[in-house]
Amino acid sequence: MSSAGPVTNGAIIEIEDLRKTYRVGNVDVPALRGVDLTVQRGAFLAIVGPSGSGKSTLFHIVGGLTPPTAGKVRVAGQDLGAMTDAARTRMRKRTVGFVFQKFNLLPNLTARDNIAIARHIAGTDPKPSADFEEALRLLGIANRLDHKPNALSGGEQQRVAIARAIVNHPAILLADEPTGNLDTENSQAVLGILRDLNQRLGQTILMITHNPEAAAYGHYTVHMRDGKIVEGI
Amino acid sequence: MTVKLVIANLKHKPMRSLLSILLIGVPVTLILCIVGLSHGMLEDSQRRTRGVGADIVVRPKNSSFLSLSGAPILQDMVSYMAQQPHVKLATGVINVPIEGITLGATGVDLGAFDQMSGGFRFVEGHAFEKPNEVIIDTFYNSQHHKHAGDSINLLSHEWRISGIFEGGKLAHVVFPLSVLQEHSGNTGKVSQIYLKLDDPANTDSAVKYLKSIPALEDWPIYTTEELTSLLNVNNIPALREFLLVIMSIAVIIGFAVVCLSMYMAVLQRTREIGILKSLGASKGFILEIILAEAVLLGVGGTVLGIVMSYGAYWLIQNLVPASFPMVIVQSWWWRAGAITLVGAILGALYPGLSAARHDPIEALAYE
Repeated sequence: MSSAGPVTNGAIIEIEDLRKTYRVGNVDVPALRGVDLTVQRGAFLAIVGPSGSGKSTLFHIVGGLTPPTAGKVRVAGQDLGAMTDAARTRMRKRTVGFVFQKFNLLPNLTARDNIAIARHIAGTDPKPSADFEEALRLLGIANRLDHKPNALSGGEQQRVAIARAIVNHPAILLADEPTGNLDTENSQAVLGILRDLNQRLGQTILMITHNPEAAAYGHYTVHMRDGKIVEGI
Repeated sequence: MTVKLVIANLKHKPMRSLLSILLIGVPVTLILCIVGLSHGMLEDSQRRTRGVGADIVVRPKNSSFLSLSGAPILQDMVSYMAQQPHVKLATGVINVPIEGITLGATGVDLGAFDQMSGGFRFVEGHAFEKPNEVIIDTFYNSQHHKHAGDSINLLSHEWRISGIFEGGKLAHVVFPLSVLQEHSGNTGKVSQIYLKLDDPANTDSAVKYLKSIPALEDWPIYTTEELTSLLNVNNIPALREFLLVIMSIAVIIGFAVVCLSMYMAVLQRTREIGILKSLGASKGFILEIILAEAVLLGVGGTVLGIVMSYGAYWLIQNLVPASFPMVIVQSWWWRAGAITLVGAILGALYPGLSAARHDPIEALAYE
């Protein structure tokens, strides 16, 4: 079993013998073939691996976007295997925050409203907390909040996406190739922000990446291949 | 925030939104125009009936209160009626359709009619004096733009307009009784008889007496108030059913427009739906934003439909006010709006449920 995390005040992700099989036509395609992983609260874990290694599937299961086929998955004390679709939807409101490669901001809303709608859906106070204001300063987008995504650079969009992901103080921030669509300068800036969020606010981060330089920003790196963890540090 | 998102979505594709609102507005206008015309035509009939000044109206046997033409009553009945208790004055008129089914002319014994009604008030010219003369009212004139002395073709014949009178009395076009009887092949016959009593207080007893005469047993005999009260939408055979059909068509159009519009919108916004789901948006929330958008389109369509009904009203008032006396029926605004909203909500249900069922991973991967 791989275990990762510098802060040992409890595991926030516990995965045992996780399996996921997709049905494509009449063929069963195994995406995860028995994954064991424990992530401690406050860890910054990078998951690397080639395409088809199962890292995105792991990301989707931990994020509650799809159920596991078999095995045990506990995220922030919640057993995802026993959850209904509606329960996983509720979990996504506050337990996890997503950052995607393509930013995935709502194009019709301003940056401010993109962040506000996450709070609205979670049912939290529309006015962000003081520490979120600090996070905004950390992200350096305070003066860009009234712009729509198409008026923001890629780096700015990804910062807004990070702000949206953490606005409800999720237990885990899940980042899927967060620098995949950014140039080197913006990539370093975004990775630096993720590291700062981890160090200053204690945010648990699970990041998928192809890039070894990006993976180096995490405390630990887990390698996946053919639906299994083949190397954990 | 939901409203903000819905409005932002509507503003994002303004042409789609405006076209949807326009297409939803058309059946609203259709409903309001048909209702406005129904009410307008009946109110016009009521006004003209009251303008005669009679207390009792005698219709021919087997006729309905709506019948406008035909002349089955022998004119001798007019003098017979005049001899009945409390009847001070009797006059028979003949009705002949002149423009389709909506507009008729009336032949009248001018002397008796003037006595009963107080006479026509002419804004131009004077009453007919010769057999080839006709008088028209201001409503009818506003769709033909004539003056006293001009000629006009009616019933396939050229007539001279001797005068134009203020509308709201008897008919829009009035001929001498004998001329219209002869022209319509009903010499010596009338369509209905108006009775004026010595005292309006005797109306009910006079009607009762007339109905007790064996020869008049099956004749529809109304007080003027009774007749005018019968002239309402609820008493017109098949009108309610007709309006129901029109409302159903409006619901179907609203349903189809919104269904197509929202289906396209959902397709275009698949990725956004995936994003909302990744944020924890429930199926109910996704359905709510789709339905809210449909409701806003429905409200916009209703408002536009009402505005367009005023446009239709203005056009009808300026083109054919006598043939189609339309009114604005405000009490129908909310009904038209409700009908539209039902169509819009039904139309948004399928795309909304389809969006709510989207798999978040597939939706996020949608290009």
